[in-house]
Amino acid sequence: MRAIFLAFAVLCGTCIKVQAQDLQPLLQTHAEEVAKPSRRSVGVMLDDLVASGLPQVPRFLEQWAGRSVWQGPDGVFFFGTEDGDTLVLEDVDSGETRTVPDDGYTQLRPNGGVRRVIGTALVQFQLADPDIARRQSAVESIARRPAADQLAPLVASIDGEADEELRARKIQLANFLTARFGETAEARIEAINSLAADTSVEARSVLNQILTRDTGVASTEPEGNIARILDPMEAPDDFYAELVEAGFAPAQTGPATIRAALEANIDGGTVGGVPLAQLSTDAARERAYAALARDGLAPPLVTQTTRDAALAAFVFYELYDEDNAAITEAAEAALASVEQRVAFAQAADLALDGLSLASIYFLAAIGLAITFGVMGVINMAHGEFIMMGAYTGYVIQLFIPDYTIAILVALPVAFAVTFAAGVTMERLVIRHLYHRPLETLLATFGISIALQQLAKNIFGTQARPLTSPDWLSGAWVISDVIQISYIRIAIFVLALLFLALILFVLKRTRLGLEVRAVTQNPGMAASMGINPDRINMLTFGLGSGIAGIAGVAIGLYAKVTSEMGADYIVQSFMTVVVGGVGNVWGTLAGASLIGFLQKGIEWLNPSNTLAAQTYMILFIILFIQFRPKGIVALKGRAAAD
Amino acid sequence: MTFKLSSMTAAALLGSTVLAAAECADPIKVGVLHSLSGTMAISETTLKDTMLMLIEKQNAAGGVLGCEIEAVVVDPASDWPLFAEKARELLTVHEVDVIFGNWTSVSRKSVLPVIEELNGLLFYPVQYEGEESSKNVFYTGAAPNQQAIPAVDYFLEELGVEKFALLGTDYVYPRTTNNILEQYLQDNGIAEDDIFVNYTPFGHSDWATIVSDVVALGEDGKQVGVISTINGDANIGFYKELAAAGVSADDIPVVAFSVGEEELSGLDTSNLVGHLAAWNYFQSAETDANAEFIAAWKDFAGEDRVTNDPMEAHYIGFNMWVNAVEAAESTDVDAVRDAMYGQEFPNLTGGTAVMLPNHHLAKPVLIGEITADGQFDIISQTAEVPGDAWTDFLPASKILKSDWQELGCGMYNVETNTCVQLTSNY
Amino acid sequence: MRQGFLYQNPSVLWFLAALGLFTVSVVMLSEVTGVAVVSTSFVKTLGKTLCLCLVAIAMDVVWGYCGILSLGHFAFFGIGGYAIGMWLMYARTEMIVLGSLEGQVIPPTPQEVSDAIGNQIFGVVGSSEFPLIWAFADSLFLQLLMVVLVPGLLALVFGWLAFRSRVTGVYLSILTQAMTLALSLYLFQNDSGLRGNNGLSGLQNIPGFEATSQAAISVVFFVASAVALGAGYVFFAWVVSGKMGSVIKGIRDNEARVRFLGYHVESYKLFVFTITAVVSGLAGALYYPQAGIINPGEIAPIASIYLAVWVAIGGRGRLYGAVIGAAFVSLLSSWFTGGGAPDIPLGFYTIQWTDWWLVLLGVSFVAVTLFFPKGIGGLFDYLVRKP
Repeated sequence: MRAIFLAFAVLCGTCIKVQAQDLQPLLQTHAEEVAKPSRRSVGVMLDDLVASGLPQVPRFLEQWAGRSVWQGPDGVFFFGTEDGDTLVLEDVDSGETRTVPDDGYTQLRPNGGVRRVIGTALVQFQLADPDIARRQSAVESIARRPAADQLAPLVASIDGEADEELRARKIQLANFLTARFGETAEARIEAINSLAADTSVEARSVLNQILTRDTGVASTEPEGNIARILDPMEAPDDFYAELVEAGFAPAQTGPATIRAALEANIDGGTVGGVPLAQLSTDAARERAYAALARDGLAPPLVTQTTRDAALAAFVFYELYDEDNAAITEAAEAALASVEQRVAFAQAADLALDGLSLASIYFLAAIGLAITFGVMGVINMAHGEFIMMGAYTGYVIQLFIPDYTIAILVALPVAFAVTFAAGVTMERLVIRHLYHRPLETLLATFGISIALQQLAKNIFGTQARPLTSPDWLSGAWVISDVIQISYIRIAIFVLALLFLALILFVLKRTRLGLEVRAVTQNPGMAASMGINPDRINMLTFGLGSGIAGIAGVAIGLYAKVTSEMGADYIVQSFMTVVVGGVGNVWGTLAGASLIGFLQKGIEWLNPSNTLAAQTYMILFIILFIQFRPKGIVALKGRAAAD
Repeated sequence: MTFKLSSMTAAALLGSTVLAAAECADPIKVGVLHSLSGTMAISETTLKDTMLMLIEKQNAAGGVLGCEIEAVVVDPASDWPLFAEKARELLTVHEVDVIFGNWTSVSRKSVLPVIEELNGLLFYPVQYEGEESSKNVFYTGAAPNQQAIPAVDYFLEELGVEKFALLGTDYVYPRTTNNILEQYLQDNGIAEDDIFVNYTPFGHSDWATIVSDVVALGEDGKQVGVISTINGDANIGFYKELAAAGVSADDIPVVAFSVGEEELSGLDTSNLVGHLAAWNYFQSAETDANAEFIAAWKDFAGEDRVTNDPMEAHYIGFNMWVNAVEAAESTDVDAVRDAMYGQEFPNLTGGTAVMLPNHHLAKPVLIGEITADGQFDIISQTAEVPGDAWTDFLPASKILKSDWQELGCGMYNVETNTCVQLTSNY
Repeated sequence: MRQGFLYQNPSVLWFLAALGLFTVSVVMLSEVTGVAVVSTSFVKTLGKTLCLCLVAIAMDVVWGYCGILSLGHFAFFGIGGYAIGMWLMYARTEMIVLGSLEGQVIPPTPQEVSDAIGNQIFGVVGSSEFPLIWAFADSLFLQLLMVVLVPGLLALVFGWLAFRSRVTGVYLSILTQAMTLALSLYLFQNDSGLRGNNGLSGLQNIPGFEATSQAAISVVFFVASAVALGAGYVFFAWVVSGKMGSVIKGIRDNEARVRFLGYHVESYKLFVFTITAVVSGLAGALYYPQAGIINPGEIAPIASIYLAVWVAIGGRGRLYGAVIGAAFVSLLSSWFTGGGAPDIPLGFYTIQWTDWWLVLLGVSFVAVTLFFPKGIGGLFDYLVRKP
């Protein structure tokens, strides 16, 4: 113990030779703040560090925010890199390194809020740094916490900026800062006007920040840049509560206060002359309270008339924080124009989301559209084929670490696996039940629960990761409002591909011709030399195989669990039924209807997605009642059951 | 099966215990009521294994009162009515001395009337919504003030969040927690318009619209933060969409109350680094007790297994129960309950957990940032926070208090000084 | 008439005799008589099973006799449970609240009482104001009426719409499934006013019988369930025999021909659909006080599919088949998942039935559909034919 202590004493010999340009002593004066920084208090220490003008400060701040600063048992701070159980320490001033066991050293972990403040402090050092990554981080820091004093250095750094993209970003930010903190009103108004077409969240936040306002109440209209005068009768109780809070009026008398007043004034079995036993109605209580108020034992009852009179005597207003009316006017105008654009953009975004949801439903249902729609077989295990596809993707990712190759392999393998499963099921079970459609429903349900449980036994109940390759993560950002993730676009493309593929197979190939023939009249088809058994088997395999591919796609964007199929099965059946059985276009129509409808209902009631789903299903039930054959109804003989 | 084998080896190794156990006419039985099949098996099987491990360890150390502890494991199969049936079976047919079990609130509500009728004893290990106090339940998980409130304080104080999105799965825990938080935020000066609330079904997967709604909240230049009470599998789609939309923790931090080490194992966390979770325990806590616990767990259940908060709750609960039984020198429920009050046991994260008269623990609250390897970096740890059965932030429950030791009442109205009811409100 | 009906259907008498014998012996062996061979929790299990048998009979009539594969009959079962559960919860909470308000100096107003009850039932999650659907919750009589009326009306409206549009076969199955899905999603919402995912709980505590032990209550409900099952059996046996029964079976076999014969097919179907829904509601009202809790998960689409599975395994088109199927599968299921079945060690792998039971059920279900379309009940045909 003592030896270690001595060793530190010797070590610290180097740091005892303190010179004016050493950072460590400065850090030690703020040791507690460095070790356990807090967003609200860290500013003082940062100001101190920056004011010291030491060249080590920027590097220290970067390392600190990056969690590479460690504190030794004696309180000294180091840059440290962990290496197993040992720690490579670097002196903050001299840069000397040494390796020690990590016992007793603690890593400093400034939290997100502190890191943001550090980022702001670093801005002035990083704006003109040769390293583009630093310049970028400086610009991001400004974007996160815009402040008036950043404007001048930012503008100064624009001319020297070599990177085109970053330069544009700097100009944009400078414009934002000018709008808020520009020196002259003209400059600000000009900047504000230039924002009128910018739908980005940042631009809107600039405008909204200029337009921040305070509500207040006074007996006469106040001086200043008034945003608007409010009408208290719109919500009299709320405004009265404001009056009470401001101390301009007595508190409202609610049932609870009445009760409390009555309890406090019980006088030998009566209150205000009313016997206790009678106080079980509100009317009696009010009577008793009125009596108390008459005797001065309680404050007078605030009735609606007194409340309204009080409200009428005061002015409720909203006051801009910004004094210059010209600026607020310009900002209001700009914001109004932006908001109109945002509304359009939101509608477009909602449409994209609806399209995406529709393509997911379509992809999940298209296999079913073939087996159910074309063959009339109700395959309750369809959801489990989706699950099998997803698990196939997961297993392949276990063996192939490269996600891109894994996905490319997984799609055909998933098709093969579920194709095989489908064919097996058709051969073993379904072909015996073609004339008993309701029983296929039950038999395939049995297969469904067995497969689900098997998946649980093999893969466990925990969700399994199926990760998309890098080029599919991220989103296509058209603007801050309109964006859609690449994986959803991929699903959309996949859905289109399958639509084309199936239409091609059914309409343009020999197989398709035979399928249609078998569907319409198996007996006649057989007598024409078609083997209905083989056709049924292949059709069923095709439908199942597509479910497998859908599984990979769905697993990529959501989750892979043994129960994921169950989430899609009812939905898929409805898609097919709503669209119209026996028709691929019908499935497309059904998926579109359901997808867009669901998004529409969600938009009407954004706080409760569950309600949206409920109403959507209710709509479907009603829809089927009035259009039992679906949107695209077949006509003629094929329509008969 | 594992248990039978291991307890036999333990018995063989410890001849002296066997002798002592032989003197026990009435073996001490511990009921384990966790779903081993169905939707909740994912979470609860781990807790069953934890209990078996703890019991095995205790038996190796000589059991309790010199007797061997026998575990009685039943499977309520994630079927809520079956929880009540199995609880009755445990208490009347198997005559267990104590039950460790349940995960979901609805399963607890199902079991409550049975254990209150038969005067059983239940240790409930999961963070929950509060607003309940049963004489027969010890809540070793976090009450809202031990998880949600400190996390929101962290958002307000440390991250400077000014606008909140409360996203949750539509069931009682998120609903209650969000109601409490809404009130708490308004009390702390956040305007009602700055709180966005959304509820989604279990297993929800279509998150695009909700994520873009959350991003759009930043339009008035306020710092936005997300408080997530999203449960289970739905988190996977949510975090994937969040990552795809490029929402970084620096822009819009997300703190989750139901995402732990187990849930993260179904995800690639590299895009989620920096998002937060609040618990009373993280596997990454650096204490000797924790290192020992993790080692024992990996030894018992497998190298790739992780530990989580409810496991620590069972660890503390079981050890407290053992100590209370030793103190009471009996397994009688009433005697053990009296001995439980004030029981202290060291937390795995440092500090000491204390059992309070309201049947909750005083435990520290930890906030962790998700790391790329699916663990949490602990960035904030409070002192021990006493659990509160009835929240102080809602007017209806502010006036209620639970004190089974002095007042003998779980729902005591401090305004009228009366006991509202003795049974719990199931 | 009645004698004639029973004479024509000796199986009804056999069934009633077996049910009576079973009921009496379980009661004799229960904890109430002190014999305690059958534990209270098992009495509850048996009582619940009898209710499931009742709803299975209803399902058999609608599917096995009338050919409508409804995948939504458990929704009616659940509605019955919710209807009675509302009264049970309200009445129990009302007693607690009145008890706690008794000591107050100033007597409470009706509004205060109702607020306090609401607060207790909904906690901080809902408002203390009662949603409209709780309007009759304080009256046992009205809620019992709801048990019958709500499923009946729902079935009537739904059936009228569906049958009028000639939605048949698979489409009708999917439609009924959508109905139960919509209902369970609705109830899952906290805003539904029925406590969302938590549902209604503590239903085994019957208001007014706080002092009665659960052992006695369980036996009472068990006997009540047995009586209901017996009555339901006789009633449905009467429905499916005689001329009406022939029409119903005719609709199953060929709807178009029956229509051409001049029968108003829709009315018959609507009658069967509605009456079975009412019986399902009654079964639910008896089931959930024994289960203790009802929540929306109970009426998820899968439950109704299981109902069809029971009937198919037991044997469609014969009432005792439905009873056998429901009792057999649900009891077997609880035996397997309850860890009662011994593990099978295969050397390299141990089959644990909690993990493999569903696989077995699924596979055996496929086997039944393929090889024994008449189900377990079909075995009786062999017995009857070669006595």
